[in-house]
Amino acid sequence: MINIENISKSYDGVLALDNISLNVKPGELFGILGPDGAGKTTLIRILATLIKADSGTGTLAGLDLVKDYRKIRTIVGYMPGRFSLYQDLTVRENLEFFANVFGTTIQQSYDLIRDIYVQIEPFNERRAGALSGGMKQKLALCCAMIHLPKVLLLDEPGTGVDPVSRKEFWDMLKHLRSTGITIFVSTANMDEAEKCDRVVLLQKGKLLASGTPSEITAAYPHPLYAVRANDMYRLINDLRTLDQAAGCYAFGEYAHLSMLSDNLNTKDIQHFLERKGHEDVEVLPTTANIEDCFIELM
Amino acid sequence: MWRYFPLLPTSKTVLLNSCSPQEVYTIMNDTVISTEQLTRTFGAFTAVDHISFDVKKGEIFGFLGANGAGKTTALRMLTGLLQPSSGKVAVAGIDVARYPEKVKSRIGYMSQKFSLYPDLTIRENIRLYGGIYGLTRSDIRSKTEALLDQLELREQADQVVGDLPLGWKQKLAFSVALIHEPEVVFLDEPTSGVDPLTRRQFWDLIYAAAHRGTTLMVTTHYMEEAEYCNRVSIMVDGKIKALDTPRRMKDTLHAENMDEVFRKLARE
Amino acid sequence: MRCSENWPGNEKDLNGRTAHITAYFTAHFTAHHTAHKMNRFAAFIKKEFRHILRDRRTLLILFGMPVVQVLLFGFVLTNEIKDAAIAVLDPSHDAQSIALTNKMVSSGYFKIEQYLNTPAELEQAFKEGSIKLALVFPNDFGHSLAHNNKASLQIIGDASDPNTATTLINYAQAIIGDYQATYNRASIPISIGAETHMRYNPEQKAVFNFVPGVMTLILMLVSAMMTSITLAREKELGTMEVLLVSPLQPIQIILGKTTPYLVLSFLNAVLVVILGIFIFGMPMRGSLLLLGAECFLYMFVSLALGIFISTRTKDQMSAMFFSALGLMMPTMLLSGFIFPRESMPWILQKIGMAIPATWFNPIIKGIMIKGVGLETLGVQTAVLGGMAIFFIAISLRSFKDRLE
Repeated sequence: MINIENISKSYDGVLALDNISLNVKPGELFGILGPDGAGKTTLIRILATLIKADSGTGTLAGLDLVKDYRKIRTIVGYMPGRFSLYQDLTVRENLEFFANVFGTTIQQSYDLIRDIYVQIEPFNERRAGALSGGMKQKLALCCAMIHLPKVLLLDEPGTGVDPVSRKEFWDMLKHLRSTGITIFVSTANMDEAEKCDRVVLLQKGKLLASGTPSEITAAYPHPLYAVRANDMYRLINDLRTLDQAAGCYAFGEYAHLSMLSDNLNTKDIQHFLERKGHEDVEVLPTTANIEDCFIELM
Repeated sequence: MWRYFPLLPTSKTVLLNSCSPQEVYTIMNDTVISTEQLTRTFGAFTAVDHISFDVKKGEIFGFLGANGAGKTTALRMLTGLLQPSSGKVAVAGIDVARYPEKVKSRIGYMSQKFSLYPDLTIRENIRLYGGIYGLTRSDIRSKTEALLDQLELREQADQVVGDLPLGWKQKLAFSVALIHEPEVVFLDEPTSGVDPLTRRQFWDLIYAAAHRGTTLMVTTHYMEEAEYCNRVSIMVDGKIKALDTPRRMKDTLHAENMDEVFRKLARE
Repeated sequence: MRCSENWPGNEKDLNGRTAHITAYFTAHFTAHHTAHKMNRFAAFIKKEFRHILRDRRTLLILFGMPVVQVLLFGFVLTNEIKDAAIAVLDPSHDAQSIALTNKMVSSGYFKIEQYLNTPAELEQAFKEGSIKLALVFPNDFGHSLAHNNKASLQIIGDASDPNTATTLINYAQAIIGDYQATYNRASIPISIGAETHMRYNPEQKAVFNFVPGVMTLILMLVSAMMTSITLAREKELGTMEVLLVSPLQPIQIILGKTTPYLVLSFLNAVLVVILGIFIFGMPMRGSLLLLGAECFLYMFVSLALGIFISTRTKDQMSAMFFSALGLMMPTMLLSGFIFPRESMPWILQKIGMAIPATWFNPIIKGIMIKGVGLETLGVQTAVLGGMAIFFIAISLRSFKDRLE
């Protein structure tokens, strides 16, 4: 559905995207993961035909990103990173406006947006600016889908939204995907990777990895342990002094310790920590998550 | 702590009287943030609804809640930017409602939105904040040099902050918020949008500060980060719905992670 | 949000107006285009009117500013004359000339700065700028009045400040007329002819310089500044991205954004003309229809300029800055509104020719004051038309349908 090859783009001499190639299959929920400044927005804008790449080519639904940009604009739904609706218009006025712009009506698109729209419909007469973050995102999504697009391009829809609304938003995307729509979504939140069919990891304009979330985590090269003790600060500092330690970072209530070799087993690490005076020590072998992989690949 | 005592306002006595002897001991010794029935209303709307909690010296306290749950309002009352409608709030032994100006020199504040001036260099930003907080000239000089070394930013010292990667900016902003060695630092979503590695380096800095005895109050949208806190409070509709260590919270609610905890509490 | 909370009543009212105006547009334009495309365009205009009517600041600028400016300029420029320094050259020095001079002084409008002995001194006084007006009596003023029942004198104004000069001359003439009237009641009718001369600015500016001036300024400001700000706002909010990634053509976006302001600017023009006529007694000798048409032409130029500015700016602040600096200042200073173009160095005169207001100003004056038609204003109209085409062309060219 989306196919780009060797796309590069720089702003004022700074490389925002460095030779990126990827393809997205029809009906996929495709995630692009990276911190702020990784190039996510640039990539999505190139797909939305808002900017042109310096080099490289790409197609969306078989249409050329540069030549056929007018046609592409009729089949994509785009939701920019910022809340891009008219704050001084009501929910209904916003929806009506975008419906009219795309030459359709709310009624015609109602089946597709119904599940989301029913949640904001009670606030029909409220100004968009007075909605909560989660509600705004739902409204923006409705507006982006009002013309029944083939491809949805969503730039960081989860930013500034609380975890509950974020979860609901991802549930909505899952549901939408079941209607056959292709969804291309960016996020800075690594743990949202597992909600995607396939992901790419992006950092400083470079593609670090791509594949299904499990493919990426399976490729983690080091033995990894989850370690817990009473004092996290001391724990992490001590673990970093371990011989053969590749890295140690906090993950939730555990610290993830990656080792360069499997010379030490969990018992050895436990003894080491107890000698250092840690209490309630727990050491478990664990599997890497996307963040471990991201840190490893950086 | 003896140095808090002279500043203890009269209303604090009421607070002390209402506590058991054991608790009085705690307050005198290491309670750094204390609120009791703290409330703020805006017209008919109650943004913060009778919240009470204590935070101890050196604690990392997670302050969570959905958008509009009242976190920002509560933070503003704690930092002396907003007058409470009722209730008590003491930070570093100072009655904030009464002496909002006094408390400002004892706390540090860093938010994701505003922290540093993008058109000033790293060195200029550090000096500026040193000056704002009334450090002496020689203190500012030595602090600046120490910070540059600690953050390994010596080579970039004369670069404009706006050009720095986000992660560096956040680390610098945090260090600058600590420049006057405040007893309490408020961090408002300090790690939004930062890459996983930088985020952990940032938490290393938070841990180190807590280890030195600074108290940290952190708001975050990353539920996983909530687990790095010693204790966590979750606000829903202006009230504190839960306050405990992350582990006990998960146990009580039979949740696998803090994300689930949050969803269970916020959805009712 | 602001409005809904504070002005619940108004909101309903505003919405009602919006519906009314949009209904007009829908009805008006559907005749020319396919219903589908029109729907799109009408939706855009409807939205735009909502933005304007819900934003009290915009409304205030739109309608408050013109009124305040007209009143301010009107009263400040015409009424604040007291103790203006004048010089008197009175070789006759008889009872009549002294009496008239005293009457001048006692009116409170004038004070005598110096008595002159020779015409050369007169020249000198004007050059130094120490006087605003000079009264020149002939050798035989009293004698002539007594024997011929009529006499004449000269009133010479410093027209490098044309507004003041014309006002002062009017006052002086009124006082002379008054003097004549009181004298006439007492004895045989006399007549004093006052010959007026302007120094430094032979093509004497009209009394009502400021109404046309304010009009050119207001129309330029509202049309250009508001357009550039409203387009910049869409960029700032990020909604421009969404509009661009839609089937809307750039021309539709531009027309959709500008049409409401065209309507509002026109209302403004009407307002200023009404104020000019009814408060300041401005004449309206020419064709109203022609005046309206010329206003539309000028507004088109301004709107196109506004669009052009917006394509060069990223946010509302800089749009405001550029339109104030790039449009308002030159319009005020170089178009002949405040300072007469004739007394400018040639380079500024040339630059002034690139300013639409320079061409529009004589058009309004011509129609309202002199009552002339298109036959006399052909050149100015043609220049404005050319400017409209030019600016619309370049603003369309520079309006990108991408983000960079």
